[in-house]
Amino acid sequence: MTLDKLKVGSSGVITAVGGKGALRRRLLDMGLTPKTEVFVRKVAPLGDPIELFLRGYELTIRLEDAKNIEILKK
Amino acid sequence: MSMTFALIGNQNCGKTTLFNQLTGSNQHVGNFPGVTVEKKEGIIKKQKDKFVVDLPGIYSISPYTAEEVVTRDFLINDRPDGIINIIDATNIERNLYLSLQIIELGIPMVIALNMMDEIKSSGSFIDVKMLSNELGVPVVPISASKNDGIDELVSVAVKTVENNDKPAKTDFCKGSVHRAIHSLAHLIEDHAERKNIPVRFAATKLVEGDEPMIKLLDLNQNELDILNHVVTEMETNLDTDREAALADMRYDFITSLCQKAVVKAGQTKEQERSIKIDALLTHKFFAFPIFIGIMALIFYLTFGVLGAYLSSGFSYLIDVVTAAADNALYALDINKALHSLIIDGIFAGVGSVLSFLPTIVILFLFLSILEDSGYMARVAFVMDKVLRKIGLSGRSFVPLIIGFGCSVPAIMATRTLSSERDRKMTILLVPFMSCSAKLPIYAVFVQAFFTSHKALIMTFLYVFGIIMGILSCLLLKGVFFKGKPVPFVMELPAYRFPSFKSVCLHMWEKAKDFIVKAFTIIFCATIVIWILQNFDTHFNMVSDSSKSILAAIGGIAAPVFKPLGFGDWRAATALITGLTAKEAVVSTLQMLTGDAGLSSIFTTHLAALSFLIFTLLYMPCVAAMAAIRREFDSTVKSIYMMIYQTAFAYAAAFCVYNAGRLMGFGRDAAPGIAEIIIGIFLVAAIVCVALYLILSKNHCSANCSKCAKNSKNKSF
Repeated sequence: MTLDKLKVGSSGVITAVGGKGALRRRLLDMGLTPKTEVFVRKVAPLGDPIELFLRGYELTIRLEDAKNIEILKK
Repeated sequence: MSMTFALIGNQNCGKTTLFNQLTGSNQHVGNFPGVTVEKKEGIIKKQKDKFVVDLPGIYSISPYTAEEVVTRDFLINDRPDGIINIIDATNIERNLYLSLQIIELGIPMVIALNMMDEIKSSGSFIDVKMLSNELGVPVVPISASKNDGIDELVSVAVKTVENNDKPAKTDFCKGSVHRAIHSLAHLIEDHAERKNIPVRFAATKLVEGDEPMIKLLDLNQNELDILNHVVTEMETNLDTDREAALADMRYDFITSLCQKAVVKAGQTKEQERSIKIDALLTHKFFAFPIFIGIMALIFYLTFGVLGAYLSSGFSYLIDVVTAAADNALYALDINKALHSLIIDGIFAGVGSVLSFLPTIVILFLFLSILEDSGYMARVAFVMDKVLRKIGLSGRSFVPLIIGFGCSVPAIMATRTLSSERDRKMTILLVPFMSCSAKLPIYAVFVQAFFTSHKALIMTFLYVFGIIMGILSCLLLKGVFFKGKPVPFVMELPAYRFPSFKSVCLHMWEKAKDFIVKAFTIIFCATIVIWILQNFDTHFNMVSDSSKSILAAIGGIAAPVFKPLGFGDWRAATALITGLTAKEAVVSTLQMLTGDAGLSSIFTTHLAALSFLIFTLLYMPCVAAMAAIRREFDSTVKSIYMMIYQTAFAYAAAFCVYNAGRLMGFGRDAAPGIAEIIIGIFLVAAIVCVALYLILSKNHCSANCSKCAKNSKNKSF
């Protein structure tokens, strides 16, 4: 499944990061690399973007970008 | 020995605090040439000839954002003598990712491990020595906000440069990535040396597929083939692509290093506290009311109580000085023209702009608290969805709101935006928010023409400005900012108390900026306007302003405004004086019309409305122009923006006036003004929707494959 489908309060492990160019590179640079565990902390009041917890810090990304990230639900 | 250090690190890692601790008030703020990216330089305290350059806060040295490109260029072309890499110890994994990339540059470097106080108080432990050994560069634990370890950091940094201690290790990879980097390093060694680029850095960038580096190295076809071959082999071996392979390799190294050197006792207190605060501040229902409350309070304090109090005090002070100067000039029996120039021109002009100073300083006090505490990132998180439609991100929200107070601090506040593209677009959007100086104009006109629909017209003007801003944004997004927006992948830093020193320095910096502007650009502008106002075309002084050069220019310009319904020289003159400060539009009009009143110029309500719309949208005042020029760092671009804005205003006023006339409101608009407004809203809405459709369609066809994929996903 993809990261945007993961429910608030649950975790998953990244299996692949899709997309291309600047966005993909940014995701990789921020530590969203395969084998990384990601926890979905919350969703913004308007339903988008989402707040993630990974590698000991909080990160926010948009749902449409989260679609590019394949995960395995834990 | 003289040396220059580059200070480099992620955003939110305490870089600015460290820079302030290193330099005190010995700093100079400017832009990198040609881009809207801030460059701060300073002299290190208690040291001779030791300079430090604060580079933008970045997460990686990829070639995608202006900030990262500027950093690369600075590190490669300017080659600082040493690098101080500051990293946040509470977020060490992601921070080390950048360090691994900088180490490859082979420049003497020291890591400042910041926020060690938080690590200690949370019961965690970091083995600094092991970290230093494994990374091959000295690591100094510090706490920038508590001023701990800064002296040691400086002495270690200086020693490292004096001994020319380059990073002891550059290899953090194994297996296929290692093989690929090494074989390419041999291949391009001479190319890199010729261009004076560190070989290891160049090789890694080539493996990553970094386009600018591939171009820069000037490889021949044979070498390009080898490059592709090596990379393909690596990709097949690892079953991944080149960019992911390298990010993976770095994070793998970091993860295993942290497993050895870092003992984490869970989250730090600050991180736990942040989660609790966020439960309220980004709450599903409370987030918006709280945000509106905070902004309202800031506005109330800045433009209401505190600011008004200080501003009037400051104006009083300026008046006293002006009166003293006036008396002195009388006493010295100075030439009447010079006297008028000094008092009516310079003192009045610069003084009126300077009286904004307290407001700006207070606004920046609050803004830097919002920024430094970490709340600004939450605003971006909450507001992102609203601004995404017009091609901006949530980060732009705060500068736009400030725009309703005054464009100058709003434009200055765009510095907090993390991408150059967003900064430029936001600066272009800010003037569409009706600033508080336009309020007196609206008030006078509404009083004179629209007594029965006061609130409606007022609201209409504000909303109209916003709608036009959105329209302009969509237009610009489609034409000038076609490039992909910088992805909104943003860190939400832990809430921290802003440091007193940083807040004060920030305020001082903005105040200085504003004062410099007041005495340069605005000073010149007031002199020019004074001359235009007080001399006729034969350069004789005039007492009747209708015979001045300004009036003559107004007369020439007047016919241009005829299609807008106000082809009167007095209206044109008022618009020109409005460039010094928008309030001047009203005072000039009142002075020029005298007892005849505004209706002697604006014969119909429609013409008055058209004038209001033009005033709302046309080029901003000198102070704002100066701020824009400073942020763009380009006179030409700023002039383009002025022309664009004025043209936009002209088109909007033209459409409104003529549409109104066609609908039959030209002669006597008094009864039907509400209908006019409804009509205009409809037209604006239609134009908005049409433009949006056109632009989003274009957008789609450009990314057709993505669209097709999306729809396929849905159908499955």
